[in-house]
Amino acid sequence: MTTTSWMLGLIAGCCAVTIVPRVLPFLLVRSVKLPAALLRWLSFIPVCILTALIVQGLLIQPENGRRIAVNWPYVLVAAPTLLVAAKTKSLSASVIVGVVLLAIVRWAM
Amino acid sequence: MNNHPAGEERHTPAPNTIAQGFKDCAPTLLGYISIGLAFGVVAAASGLSFLEVTLLSWLVYAGSAQFIICALLVAGTPLLSIILTTFIVNLRHLLLSLTLAPYFTRYSVGKNIGIGALLTDESFGIAAVKASKEGRLGDRWMNGLNLTAYISWGLSCMAGALFGRWIAEPEILGLDFALVAMFIALLVLQLRHIPAGKLRGYLLLILLTAALMVIFSSFMPAHTAVLLSTVIAATVGTVTIR
Repeated sequence: MTTTSWMLGLIAGCCAVTIVPRVLPFLLVRSVKLPAALLRWLSFIPVCILTALIVQGLLIQPENGRRIAVNWPYVLVAAPTLLVAAKTKSLSASVIVGVVLLAIVRWAM
Repeated sequence: MNNHPAGEERHTPAPNTIAQGFKDCAPTLLGYISIGLAFGVVAAASGLSFLEVTLLSWLVYAGSAQFIICALLVAGTPLLSIILTTFIVNLRHLLLSLTLAPYFTRYSVGKNIGIGALLTDESFGIAAVKASKEGRLGDRWMNGLNLTAYISWGLSCMAGALFGRWIAEPEILGLDFALVAMFIALLVLQLRHIPAGKLRGYLLLILLTAALMVIFSSFMPAHTAVLLSTVIAATVGTVTIR
């Protein structure tokens, strides 16, 4: 149960730089009426950022000079997970099927 | 309602209660718990004390940033560089908050700060799907969703740091896929509320985002690639999808 003032400073700094981008837009939209074009742009953010986060998960980040790689077990399991999601429209079912299938793939490999 | 993004399809809204928010958060819990546990284990192994893991998880509350902070600490990175990196990693919250904020303008400043402060990729995904389904979002529902996620994350990180030695590798169980699986399901649910005439455009936009991600990820950090791909693809969508 120990820490240093250096660590406390670090955690406080990281807390500040994380909370500002989270909260600022909520304060901004109260005083500024967002233009229609910006609202239209924002309507595309969910689909685009979810896609980007999925692709980020399916890739293995390059480390010390190596090239970017595909996480094949993930890609293999992503396809049936997509089908389950489309069929059941259930988040829970998709997550459970995905996790179980990945465990099976790892066990089989 | 003012300043409100257009939702094409309206359904009967589910009740605006904390309990409903808790219920809707349930599918994300497997992801939060397994990754929180993993973070606690990694953080303890990186030399962080239990108190430090606790403070980091409850005050910073950002999964990928917390892992990166540990890696930078191990590498002996100076304080300001770690803070700057955390800022860049979490800059995408600006987009998430800006997308959801117009739905909450009818509530007080205090409520808006509370909702924004606890927004994550996952709670954003669930709220965005609900917003396109029902055309509105409620404060109590959002707080239920956010608090459930926040508390399970904080407790899981602490448990990981405390009991890490006895927890099996989450990788063996396939739990590390929980987050990706959920994002896939959220994307599918999001697409259900796109009018049929625009679906082709959206599918092309998904392909574009994926292609940009592959290109950018090969020469920049993943979090910057996510931010840049999203901004570019959303701009292309605004111009091309009518």
